[in-house]
Amino acid sequence: MDTAEKLAQMALAVALFAGVVGLILLLAGRVRRGADLAQALAFVVPALALLAVGLIYPALRTGYQSFFDRTTENFVGLANYQALFERDDLLVVLRNTLIWVLVAPVVATVIGLVYAVLVDRSRFEAFAKSLIFMPLAISLVGASIIWRFVYEYRPDQQNIEQIGLLNQILVWLGMEPQQFLLNSPLNTLLLIVILIWVQAGFAMTVLSAAIKGIPQDIVEAGRLDGLYGVKMFRYVTVPSIRPALIVVLTTISIATLKVFDIVRTMTGGQFETSIVANEFYTQSLVRGNYGLGAALAMVLFVMVIPIVIYNVRQLRKADHR
Amino acid sequence: MATVTYDKASRIYPGQDNPAVDSLDLTIEDGEFLVLVGPSGCGKSTSLRMLAGLEEVDQGSIRIGERDVTHMPPKDRDIAMVFQNYALYPHMSVSDNMGFALKIAGTPKDEIRRRVADAAKLLDLEEYLDRKPKALSGGQRQRVAMGRAIVREPQVFLMDEPLSNLDAKLRVSTRTQIASLQRRLGITTVYVTHDQIEAMTMGDRVAVLKDGLLQQVDTPLGLFDKPQNVFVAGFIGSPAMNIATFDLVDGNATLGESSVPVPPAVSAAVKEEGSDTVTLGFRPEALEPVSSESEGGIPIVVDVIEELGADAFVYGQPAGPTSELQSDRMRSETVIARVEPRNVPAKGAKVNFRVRPGNEHFFSVKTGARIEA
Repeated sequence: MDTAEKLAQMALAVALFAGVVGLILLLAGRVRRGADLAQALAFVVPALALLAVGLIYPALRTGYQSFFDRTTENFVGLANYQALFERDDLLVVLRNTLIWVLVAPVVATVIGLVYAVLVDRSRFEAFAKSLIFMPLAISLVGASIIWRFVYEYRPDQQNIEQIGLLNQILVWLGMEPQQFLLNSPLNTLLLIVILIWVQAGFAMTVLSAAIKGIPQDIVEAGRLDGLYGVKMFRYVTVPSIRPALIVVLTTISIATLKVFDIVRTMTGGQFETSIVANEFYTQSLVRGNYGLGAALAMVLFVMVIPIVIYNVRQLRKADHR
Repeated sequence: MATVTYDKASRIYPGQDNPAVDSLDLTIEDGEFLVLVGPSGCGKSTSLRMLAGLEEVDQGSIRIGERDVTHMPPKDRDIAMVFQNYALYPHMSVSDNMGFALKIAGTPKDEIRRRVADAAKLLDLEEYLDRKPKALSGGQRQRVAMGRAIVREPQVFLMDEPLSNLDAKLRVSTRTQIASLQRRLGITTVYVTHDQIEAMTMGDRVAVLKDGLLQQVDTPLGLFDKPQNVFVAGFIGSPAMNIATFDLVDGNATLGESSVPVPPAVSAAVKEEGSDTVTLGFRPEALEPVSSESEGGIPIVVDVIEELGADAFVYGQPAGPTSELQSDRMRSETVIARVEPRNVPAKGAKVNFRVRPGNEHFFSVKTGARIEA
């Protein structure tokens, strides 16, 4: 980029910022005048400025770039998007992303929910909860390194001991050790296990709090009506914590769509394990194909939007209750 | 329909020395409306929850009819409960809430629909059947909670302060509605309240509890006329009974300048327990003003006057030089007397009252038990 282009970019950013501030001024002016306005501006403007510079402008810029070729010089129309749905290696990326989004949030939420119900009001509740909560404190890279050791493979020869937990178990059971991370699509599922391991703690924490929020007299009314065990879970527990369940599911879904560290650390996206977030990094920063990278980023963006909107609407509904 | 029998039933919470309910012995007749009343922490709710199966019975037993339900799960006891906060399922419509117990029990669908419709008609809830509880007013929710109990057609209704979340006016009208509904359905009912007026107006009989111990079970009038101990005397009746410890001198109970004649039987009983004091109680409405010279007077300096229209109450201090000494002997801060609402004394005036003969209540200073005149 030459200096003129950089200046043009800066001018665009400043114009964007000014536009947003102007809009806020207009809105605030319509609500109330005077001291309230100053107060509102003091809170809103810095946040909006950061959003404009850090989020809105890059998003627009990325969207713009996705219609250009690998050097971002020549306009190619929808070619990048077309490639996404035609090239076999990129279709695998989309397929993997779909598997991640379908499996990880549901399994993590179910595990968190069942665990929260089982340890609720038990004697070891605090200890049991800290066990499942702790992975949340580990970074995804750290977690991935731990699990790489679990899946580790050593050639099946004399005098060579397996150092991976899973393969050692296979050996104990009299089976052949496997190269877990090489076989698709099993390897994608094994990577998903890592995210579930981390996110189940989050699900458990939120859902456990929701379960404790169920009024005791409703549980007692349920007992008088003949609800025990599974029926209590089905008719009282789950309906009562429905809003929390939705928040957990959508939050983990968003986290799943954005997963990058696990794939990067475990396989680097090879062996058909790549997902959109990782592929967009690979295309933009490794292969230098900025246009395709931008298109992948846009796909990710478009996939997250409906979940965010749904989440916000649920929150608003909950407020009205 | 059935009787309910508590047979020396006790509940001791883990880690506590004193039982929350201590060997409760109580028989509730078939179709009776029994009210459990007492101050908070007296064990009335615990007693009810023991009957519901929500609280364990540590000693003794509980029977419904001939069935021993002591260790039976709640759903098999054939009871229905109305909770203080109604405990409606927020995610279900009114009709689903009412029919839920039947649904879980596997009752056929048209049977459920018929019974829910009947109950809704009875409670004037027909137009709200499709609504969720949050779209109902407090009074409507309360009726849904009643409806949920009625639909089950149980042997016993249990009600745990079902009116305490209603505003004062609605509470009074709902009070009579519940009482008349219970009479019509004829289902044995155990009703818990801390409000003695609710207890007196609704119950066929009222059981007064304190510190987990049953104090007295009687008809409302029985409790009012013949309280068996000082606690019941002070708890039942509004405004509360005036109670103080009097010296027994020459066949009169005296305290400062006050003097009330004591029947010979009472004097004898007090002497027998080796005491020269007696606890004397008299209700505000048992007092009448008399000319200051007459015998057996209770002189009172008027402090505050409450004029309610139909009634007027004088709140005052005992008159006389030793009145400060007397205040230790009194159960309450003031002496209360009912007076003619159209003829009230002035504030600060000294009025001489006497207890209408036969309206005195005597209690042993040592045991608190009633001494029969």
